[in-house]
Amino acid sequence: MALLQTQGLVAHYGDFQALFGVDIALNEAETVAIIGANGAGKTTLMRSIAGVLRNAAQAVTYDGTPIGAHPADEIMAQGVAMVPEGRKLFPSLSVEENLLIGTYGRKVEGHWNLNTVYDLFPILGERRHNPGTALSGGQQQMVAIGRALMSNPRVLLCDEISLGLAPVVIKDIYKAIPQIKAAGASMIVVEQDIAQAMAVADRVYCMMEGRVTLSGTPDTLSRDDIHNAYFGASH
Amino acid sequence: MSYTVTTQTSASRVAAIAGAIGIVVLIALPFFAGRGTIQDMFFILTMLVLAQFWNLLAGYGGLVSIGQQAFVGMGAYAMFGVVILMGFDPVPSILLGGVAALIVAVPTAFFAFRLNGAYFAIGTWVIAEVVRLLVAQWKTLGGGTGTSLPRDATRDMWFVELIQDMLGVRSAAARDILAYWLALILALATIGGIYWLLRTRRGLALAAVRDNTEAAKSVGVDAGRMKWIVFLTSAFGTGLAGALIYMQKARISPDAAFSVTDWTAYVIFIVVIGGIGTIEGPILGVLVFFALQSLLADFGSWYLMTLGVLAIVIMLVAPRGLWGLVSERTGLHLFPIRRTLSGGKLTSSED
Amino acid sequence: MIWVDTLLQGILLGGLYALFASGLSLVFGIMRLVNLAHGDLIVMAAYLILVLVTLLGLSPFVAVLTAMPVMFGIGWGLQKFLLNRTLEDDILPPLLVTFGLSIALQNALLEGFSADSQRLPTNALTTASVDVGPIALGVMPLLTFASAVLVIVGLNQLFYRTELGRAFRATSDDATTASLMGIKPANIFATATGIALVIVTIAALYLGLRANFDPNIGPARLIYAFEAVIIGGLGSLWGTLLGGIIIGVAQTVGAAINPEWQILAGHVAFLIVLLVRPRGLFPRAND
Ligand SMILES: Nc1ncnc2c1ncn2[C@@H]1O[C@H](COP(=O)(O)OP(=O)(O)OP(=O)(O)O)[C@@H](O)[C@H]1O
Ligand SMILES: [Mg+2]
Repeated sequence: MALLQTQGLVAHYGDFQALFGVDIALNEAETVAIIGANGAGKTTLMRSIAGVLRNAAQAVTYDGTPIGAHPADEIMAQGVAMVPEGRKLFPSLSVEENLLIGTYGRKVEGHWNLNTVYDLFPILGERRHNPGTALSGGQQQMVAIGRALMSNPRVLLCDEISLGLAPVVIKDIYKAIPQIKAAGASMIVVEQDIAQAMAVADRVYCMMEGRVTLSGTPDTLSRDDIHNAYFGASH
Repeated sequence: MSYTVTTQTSASRVAAIAGAIGIVVLIALPFFAGRGTIQDMFFILTMLVLAQFWNLLAGYGGLVSIGQQAFVGMGAYAMFGVVILMGFDPVPSILLGGVAALIVAVPTAFFAFRLNGAYFAIGTWVIAEVVRLLVAQWKTLGGGTGTSLPRDATRDMWFVELIQDMLGVRSAAARDILAYWLALILALATIGGIYWLLRTRRGLALAAVRDNTEAAKSVGVDAGRMKWIVFLTSAFGTGLAGALIYMQKARISPDAAFSVTDWTAYVIFIVVIGGIGTIEGPILGVLVFFALQSLLADFGSWYLMTLGVLAIVIMLVAPRGLWGLVSERTGLHLFPIRRTLSGGKLTSSED
Repeated sequence: MIWVDTLLQGILLGGLYALFASGLSLVFGIMRLVNLAHGDLIVMAAYLILVLVTLLGLSPFVAVLTAMPVMFGIGWGLQKFLLNRTLEDDILPPLLVTFGLSIALQNALLEGFSADSQRLPTNALTTASVDVGPIALGVMPLLTFASAVLVIVGLNQLFYRTELGRAFRATSDDATTASLMGIKPANIFATATGIALVIVTIAALYLGLRANFDPNIGPARLIYAFEAVIIGGLGSLWGTLLGGIIIGVAQTVGAAINPEWQILAGHVAFLIVLLVRPRGLFPRAND
């Protein structure tokens, strides 16, 4: 049985329907990539899983229990952490406080703590007392990842961690992923950068207009398949 | 294909006819109603005027003022001032009351517009307090204890003799009738004027300003200017109402004329209970308010407590008020503001 | 010398206003909510202390310690079950709900305690004064001012040194992202209002010890508190203390010139600050 699974997941913003019955699964120790064009519904899917958007209870199952109707804070407490799109650091908090808030109200056992996060991203240790928002985009992304790791999640949701970053910086950040996996997290990685996604993922889902249009392992998917799943067959 | 843009609904046509009949009855009321009824109606009409102007400010302009008592008190005191000090007749002095409120509104807006949202609300309150404290220093008008209109000024007031002769009533009753008719004129002019304002291009833009100042700016609505227009209009109308109310009372004191409970709290409750952001709401609200007052006024503070709790409950469960519930159920709009488009279907050109 | 005296009295009075204002400032800082019933809650706390004093025969200083947890609970519940439901983008619901609350509370107090003015019992200590050179300073005003400073130091410690304080700041920045960290914004807000009402209780103690109070004086306390917050700059606690001091000094100086000008002078000082520094003396960068 999958560690995390969505079944017939739908999402609405007012009258607008953004997801139309999405089924995805994440197995223990797996990394799954979700790719798709702008507006495909990737972020909406992540927000639904994380509990920012509420669903029917059965729409999301985690570790055998339905969590679709749980609020974000409870889902987080059960071990599902998210690196949100656009990083979303807290401007009133320093780098270190931004990391510490990731374990709010809980003592968590595991590999990740302030020291190991500083080992993973040494620059953050140097700038620990700066306001989180005084950092460069890449460094802020590191804080956002570190913040999510601090709770030692079993599932880590990463929404476009390469967004708006220079290729060298993206490379730096992706270098951390194997270590994150090694420490025991299963991951869902949302990416627009297909090559990057293929490189880290065990499996890939491609989304278009609120639906999953393609899934498979990176080696079995052809460029044409992906192109069609991305933009629709008519292009 | 041609489109017709209308703001009329059939309900509003029926309402117009019923309204016309109602107005005739209201005008004729003094011919068959007793003095108590006339006084009650005066109260209802003047509260309605205050409520309509507060609604224009808060419901349409997004400017929640808790300082409307500044304009009631200023209008009233200016009227007393010119009557007592300069020997003017009270009736035309009401207009000067409106002007005085307008003059006070300019510096008030200047200060209060520096504050946003909730802070604007308390800011208007502070300024109303300042005006009250200053007026209480005005020794020739009785300072903190207040004063009365001189007897000859009320006796010789314009139209009073005419009404006495016409209706065969005594001078005091004639003054009440005069005040009632003036209140009726003011209420009708207020509703008509606000309805007209809201249907102009400017007025339609108001909703945009309330909903989002930034967005309104980007579509070319001058939000700052609209705020000024709405604020000054409300101040003028509130000042007129204040002067009229105290012409009828003929006795004034700073604590009464600048009372936050009487001139702002009650007014807010009327609008919230009736339905904020509609013209119908305050009309319904003032009737409910009057009914509650007649039933509960003997219970003093219980009455105000009930009003407070009622306002909270309505804000939480039915934020559009009683009228909102009515129009949701029935689709009724007596004063349609929204323009409805008929004649064809709009299709968006591209997606 | 009389002017130095007036000035000192004004500064000490500012401590009282800062106590009125700190709770308001805290709640605004965290959830951008202005509670128009704040002044009435101060008066309610004063009555609560009075009841504890008269029924249980406690000293006011013991009674206030008993009242604090009660007021915390009231604040917590008020926020959790009533005010949280008004926290959306529209500014009308929170304003109108708290205004309704203010009127309801005022009249409930009138019903329960009548309009007669009350005072907390004073003893030798509270009416004593100490001589500083030629100037006599009341022990009570000094205690008030010291409490205000302590409250502000305490709040700053809470904000910048504790996990709860971090959660306050994070939730204030972005409640949705905070919930992704395992924080329950609704509870954070409830806790903040609870703490605000604990401060309100401290303010109520000094309100009741220093002067008479009755159910109608709440709105004026709200206005002083509000003026202090705005003068200081929204969300800055030390600014709030300075704001309180400015109002206090303006009032005592005004009263020294003409007793009728006391309140007016405070308001005028506020308007002048608003004119020259619309965002207050210590505005927060990201507002
Ligand atoms: N808060 C919102 N309100 C209304 N519509 C929204 C909202 N957020 C997203 N949408 C709409 O939902 C659809 C899916 O958006 P979503 O952000 O999930 O896409 P995405 O795949 O993450 O895109 P991107 O790659 O640009 O981040 C889009 O059409 C978007 O316009
Ligand atoms: Mg996205």
